[in-house]
Amino acid sequence: MEKKKGWKEIPLGGLITEAGNAAEYETGSWRTFKPVLDQEACNNCLICWIFCPDTSIVVEDEEMVGFDYVHCKGCGICAAECPKKAIEMVLEQEE
Amino acid sequence: MAKTGVKTVKVPLAGNDAAAHAMKQVNPDVVAAYPITPQTELMQAFAQFVADGEVDTELITTESEHSAMSACVGAAAAGARTMTATSANGFALMWEVLYIAASLRLPITMAVVNRALSGPINIHCDHSDSMGARDAGWMQMYAENPQEAYDLWLIAIKAAENHDVLLPAMVMYDGFIISHTMEVVEILPDEAVKEYVGPYKPAYAMLLDEKPFTVGPLDFHDYYFEHKRQEIEGTEHAPAALAEAAAEYAKISGRHYGPLESYRADDADVVMVALGSTAGTARYVVDVLREQGKAAGLMKLRTFRPFPNAEVAGALGNAKCVVVCDRVASFGAFGSPTFMEVRSALYEVPERPLVINYVYGLGGRDTGPDLLEQAFAEGFRVAETGEIKQHVGYLGVR
Repeated sequence: MEKKKGWKEIPLGGLITEAGNAAEYETGSWRTFKPVLDQEACNNCLICWIFCPDTSIVVEDEEMVGFDYVHCKGCGICAAECPKKAIEMVLEQEE
Repeated sequence: MAKTGVKTVKVPLAGNDAAAHAMKQVNPDVVAAYPITPQTELMQAFAQFVADGEVDTELITTESEHSAMSACVGAAAAGARTMTATSANGFALMWEVLYIAASLRLPITMAVVNRALSGPINIHCDHSDSMGARDAGWMQMYAENPQEAYDLWLIAIKAAENHDVLLPAMVMYDGFIISHTMEVVEILPDEAVKEYVGPYKPAYAMLLDEKPFTVGPLDFHDYYFEHKRQEIEGTEHAPAALAEAAAEYAKISGRHYGPLESYRADDADVVMVALGSTAGTARYVVDVLREQGKAAGLMKLRTFRPFPNAEVAGALGNAKCVVVCDRVASFGAFGSPTFMEVRSALYEVPERPLVINYVYGLGGRDTGPDLLEQAFAEGFRVAETGEIKQHVGYLGVR
């Protein structure tokens, strides 16, 4: 396990001095429901990508290819916004 | 002209105008405020300075004190020297943001024009507002008169911005009794104040620093405690920073400000402890009692946070009885805040004095020499008999 720093070794006032650090925070463990994509139904409109608050929609060559489950919190916004009902929220344990 | 050779002017000013004058001379980058009696005239005077172009300050007139303190936090984090002021319920509305300002280590300074908290609703002086926030992480200094309101605010800025400290500071003065009472105030020249506070050097500045960083992120059981420990360390450096700032201020003003001020207390059997304007009344009563041959003294407490523990023990250790006056009730506690702190400071004194507490002046109840004489009389009775009948009494309540 990583040894945590003491109070004399950390930046003042709780600042995070490195930019772009949110990616290091693995919020995927917060999830209760996970989004599952029906590739057949998806027309790659990318509305899910626009709405996802955690940039967890993975897009390759302008096509929706899946989810970043390390960071997706399972909020379900993508499923609610999908005009093709191509995303289903599935209870983690039942998957 | 002050004894120091600095060309000062003496002008009659109410406490609010004296404080506004300090603000004008500091010319802060940002002021965010909301009006509330008895602070209103302070911010009104400052707003006039802004309107007249006498300062370059960005004055943000917010929709509440919660927003005012939040705007101060944002401005200070951006790298601006930031000031504000409030009273009573407005102060209470700032509450959660007070802690955030301190934990982000932003040296915002604020005048708190002391007023009783509701309810019942009241606009007059007591210390229930600022005393409630004694654990918020801010430095706290109580002024006795308009002169001190002016002087202490300048000193507070310098100490708060000291990079060993980096904590916000509030300067208190009694609502109406000081805020609306005109006295002669010696004002330093603008240049002297400008030179004294110096250019603002923020520890971090979101708008000025080239490298981006995050302010105020989530901080759980893994690091919250360490950040609080850092904040405590800042507080522990505050007494030295205040002393240094006060010493430098004395060089230009000729006025010396320690964390406390004793008056005829060295050989006194009974010493009264008071904060704010009541210290002036107590000084008069001490003189009256001394004329009657009674060994009475006063210890005016100026700095409440950080509490000057060793100095208090040193100043009061030889008394037989200490009478602590508190303009605030601490419901359910054994005595009021100053009493608790003073009594605790005396615990390790070899022959510790007996300590009694008087709650007085709540909601602006006038506390004249007669009432303080009553408190002293009980102090002398305790000193002579060695017996405390009642630890906490109430002066002037029916």
